[in-house]
Amino acid sequence: MSLINVVVIGNGMVGHHYVDQLAGSGVAAKITVIGAEPRPAYDRVHLSEFFAGRKPEELALTTREHYKKLGVNAHFGDAVVAIDRDAKVVTTEGGRTFRYDKLVMATGSYPFVPPIPGANLSNCLVYRTIDDLGMIQAKSKNAKIGVVVGGGLLGLEAANALQNLGLQTHVVEFAPGLMGVQLDGGGSTMLRRKIEALGVQVHTSKATQTIEETHGKGNTRLVMNFADGETLATDVIVFSAGIRPSDQLAKDCGLEVGPRGGINIDYHCRTSDSDIFAIGECALYGGMIFGLVAPGYRMAEVAVSQLSGEHNSFKGADMSTKLKLLGVDVGSIGDSHGKTDGAISYTFSDEREEVYKRLIVSADGKTALGAVLVGDCSDYDTLLQYYLNGIELPANPEAMILPASEGGAPLLGAAALPATATICSCHNVSKGDIISAIDGGGCSLADVKSCTAASTGCGGCAALLKNVVDDEMAARGMEVNTAICEHFNFTRQELFHIAKVESIKSFEDLIKHHGTGRGCEICKPAVGSILASLWNDYILEEKHVGLQDTNDTFLANMQKNGTYSIVPRIPGGEITPDKLIVLGEVGKKYNLYTKITGGQRIDLFGARVEQLPDIWKELIDAGFETGHAYGKALRTVKSCVGSTWCRYGVQDSVSMAIYVEDRYKGLRSPHKLKSAVSGCTRECAEAQSKDFGVIATEHGWNLYLCGNGGMKPRHADLFATDLDDETLIKYIDRFLMFYVRTADRLQRTSVWLDNLEGGLDYLKEVIIDDKLGICTELEAQMNSIVGTYQCEWKTTIEDPEKLKRFRQFVNSDAADKRVVFVQERGQPRPATEEETDQLLAKSA
Amino acid sequence: MSTAENIQSNETQVICQRNDLIANSGICALIDGQQVAVFYLPEEEPPVYAIGNWDPLGKANVLSRGIVGDIQGQLVVASPLYKQHFDLITGQCVEQDEIKVPAYNVELIGEQVILANRNS
Ligand code: SRM
Ligand SMILES: Cc1cc2nc3c(=O)[nH]c(=O)nc-3n(C[C@H](O)[C@H](O)[C@H](O)COP(=O)(O)OP(=O)(O)OC[C@H]3O[C@@H](n4cnc5c(N)ncnc54)[C@H](O)[C@@H]3O)c2cc1C
Ligand code: SF4
Ligand code: FES
Repeated sequence: MSLINVVVIGNGMVGHHYVDQLAGSGVAAKITVIGAEPRPAYDRVHLSEFFAGRKPEELALTTREHYKKLGVNAHFGDAVVAIDRDAKVVTTEGGRTFRYDKLVMATGSYPFVPPIPGANLSNCLVYRTIDDLGMIQAKSKNAKIGVVVGGGLLGLEAANALQNLGLQTHVVEFAPGLMGVQLDGGGSTMLRRKIEALGVQVHTSKATQTIEETHGKGNTRLVMNFADGETLATDVIVFSAGIRPSDQLAKDCGLEVGPRGGINIDYHCRTSDSDIFAIGECALYGGMIFGLVAPGYRMAEVAVSQLSGEHNSFKGADMSTKLKLLGVDVGSIGDSHGKTDGAISYTFSDEREEVYKRLIVSADGKTALGAVLVGDCSDYDTLLQYYLNGIELPANPEAMILPASEGGAPLLGAAALPATATICSCHNVSKGDIISAIDGGGCSLADVKSCTAASTGCGGCAALLKNVVDDEMAARGMEVNTAICEHFNFTRQELFHIAKVESIKSFEDLIKHHGTGRGCEICKPAVGSILASLWNDYILEEKHVGLQDTNDTFLANMQKNGTYSIVPRIPGGEITPDKLIVLGEVGKKYNLYTKITGGQRIDLFGARVEQLPDIWKELIDAGFETGHAYGKALRTVKSCVGSTWCRYGVQDSVSMAIYVEDRYKGLRSPHKLKSAVSGCTRECAEAQSKDFGVIATEHGWNLYLCGNGGMKPRHADLFATDLDDETLIKYIDRFLMFYVRTADRLQRTSVWLDNLEGGLDYLKEVIIDDKLGICTELEAQMNSIVGTYQCEWKTTIEDPEKLKRFRQFVNSDAADKRVVFVQERGQPRPATEEETDQLLAKSA
Repeated sequence: MSTAENIQSNETQVICQRNDLIANSGICALIDGQQVAVFYLPEEEPPVYAIGNWDPLGKANVLSRGIVGDIQGQLVVASPLYKQHFDLITGQCVEQDEIKVPAYNVELIGEQVILANRNS
């Protein structure tokens, strides 16, 4: 079998998709890919998330290792500078040459910088690559003002970034309106209103003539001079005035290009040389450049099919888009300007709510031709389906865009869509594909996603995909809803990501932007826990108080009669006689029932709410800390006595248990966390029944993960062996943080692992091999939590405002008369109801 | 149950000050021997609500220490013991028709929290 040499120029999103598809196609090819950027392909569509803290490795679509595994010969940071079509050889800047049988150009496009004098000054930047964004970030450090030249889709995205970087932001647009390509006049005006309300200054119909540098004391600024005589001073300028196809190489070697650029291709994605293909944003098809990733992916697949013998065709692509710009929902479908002959349009505009919608329909009123949505995109999915599938409109099409209260149309149910309906355009997944995935055994949204790739591109189809999946599962009688409660249509994991990505620090913000209603006893504590895992604020901060379960609010566990228990931390179960005496004295003084717990510590029961602060003050003065027995947090780390005393011990299990308990104390998590350290294989600390258990070996420590006692016991799995102290802690850090991020509400580690796709092996890949490239971040997050630990009880007793809460009555010092105890085995216990009634009657 | 009798006086009385309340949560006041749970929801209109503090299912005086929220828009508190919900306006238990706790008329006037006549 002879291999054909396939050389791909450009490792952007489309070039990568081509390589990936070809490698998986079974075509006997030796693939070489050459990328000018210093790193393998990454997700340009989500580029802006770089500013929200997403690292380059998290944006990556592939890695060098992955390419190696596929047998792809990849070169980064080197650009192709010449194509010799006769010799079939390409040459790079670095002087390398590659022979090809088939050549694929996926060189994408570059930002157009208008030829304005001064546009090449050092603070004039563009917005296309990770390096560009790094540059913008660096230049914005000491800047106050930023200007984006260009009010199109990407320009507004850049403006959003500048605003998030804290710059006073301006958008300068040559045309009379924003996003002229996608929006009509009305939509554009509404968008402008909304954006200005967010503090971005918009200047339209403005032509920049020159840019000059002015030098003040110690700083250099830019001044933009406009054709109308006005000027604007700024620190940074980002050009986003459109893109141009990277077609220079093609021109140089004599391939046909369009009059305004772009490498001409036919419906097989072939250029004028039948051995050279062009795909993605450098390609011109039917006189059009497709500046979206979905059509690029389609071209890549079509180009691969020419080699596999399938010979599929590219038929153009739908350019409808839905996005959030500066927090404003914007949607544009089909013929948004209503240019089709005889088109009729319906417009709905609500200036108070700042919503604009326009629906363009055919002359006979039967089919949707296009739509514009600003401020409310909830109708987008439905309208898009009507448009793409030519579904016949209702007799009163205006109902499609009217608010529901005005008799708006009910949403087009997923059930009404034909099997051919495209659900995810990025990955060309139809409703039929989704149905087959479910029939093939997929039983969750995640399954369908991983098997069809739907919704893993721009993400715009997520809501619709969920509808279709839910609908199909419901039809098969399967359990569907994964929403945490009626107030949030998200899982805990999704809420965690939202809070993290958007830096949300309060429940109010989260529910306002991502939920409905006022919350409940399910979502509030869950969000409280997420916020604590992320930001580690004191949990009785005013804004968090209402979120906590009573146990968390009063930092103690409520007992059946409304009193509370007190569990001080006793790390590793080790306690001095003096401290034991303090516990005894406190128990005696406040008449508390005293018991050794199953977790190697001491519980004091029966404290009234108003006694809690006094009791804790005495305990803290004696050196105790809270044991978090009330929290979804680290509970105890049990130990056995270990090598210090035990004749079999091989490591000092007590020291390790104390270290572990001190490190993770206070960590808030989806459910409680327990641990234990045994000094030898006899396992007297029962480490294998813990969320993370450690057992000493001759050479170090064995780590066991995801054990559980409780209702459904599970033995922990052996995760790694003979670890040194440092590696042990590193793995535990990563493990805990990964669990905290991804588990469901009230899901212990045992159940979490049983539900984790890929199971233990996958967990090893993530934690040991850093497969997801997130370990540095996990460790950093853990370190920040460890570093910001506070004993909540200490903080509480030092704050008179917080102590106000610990009163039975706001207006009286009386005690709750129904809290009554009787004696049993020399200690108090709660009186039964009859006992209480009798005792109260007696004393009355 | 002996703890849920009417509050005797028909006059309005000051329960406490606004700054004794805890936003989006509850406190308890003792009024004519009755325990009254007062909830403060600054974003709602009206912003204060009061029902009995006794949880007839958990059999303890704890409702003021529950989490407040809504079920389909109906304002409720979830008992901290076994999590049944009680309507903040009527005292009706959402899960069990036959269970209801007393509800009281409270108002926030200036900085003062005032208890008016008992709800009918
Ligand atoms: C006090 C203690 C019993 C005792 O007197 O020994 C106890 C008491 C409670 N346990 Fe426990 N558990 C105690 C050790 C355990 C253990 C043993 C252990 O940790 O080695 C287990 C099994 C191990 C495990 O968790 O895997 C245990 C498994 C549970 C479970 C079941 C968890 C599960 O995954 O199935 C619950 C229910 C829950 O959390 O949802 C629970 C819940 C509770 C609650 C919180 C029930 C409640 O809501 O009131 C009790 C709180 C009492 C209080 O006010 O402090 N407790 N509980 C022990 C406190 C240990 C400590 O020092 O913190
Ligand atoms: C901020 C931003 C947001 C976007 N948002 C969306 C969105 O929401 N939805 C959507 O569909 N699209 C969006 N896009 C557009 C989308 O990113 C592009 O359509 C897609 O990346 C095109 O892929 P490509 O591979 O054709 O080009 P590119 O991704 O540009 O890749 C081309 C690669 O080729 C390399 N190259 C060029 N010349 C050479 C050479 N001579 N030798 C070697 N390598 C070379 C380049 O360095 C580059 O790495 C967005 C783009 C940006 C910048
Ligand atoms: S076993 Fe049951 S009764 Fe005993 S402490 Fe645990 S939860 Fe309470
Ligand atoms: S449409 Fe972009 S991911 Fe599905």
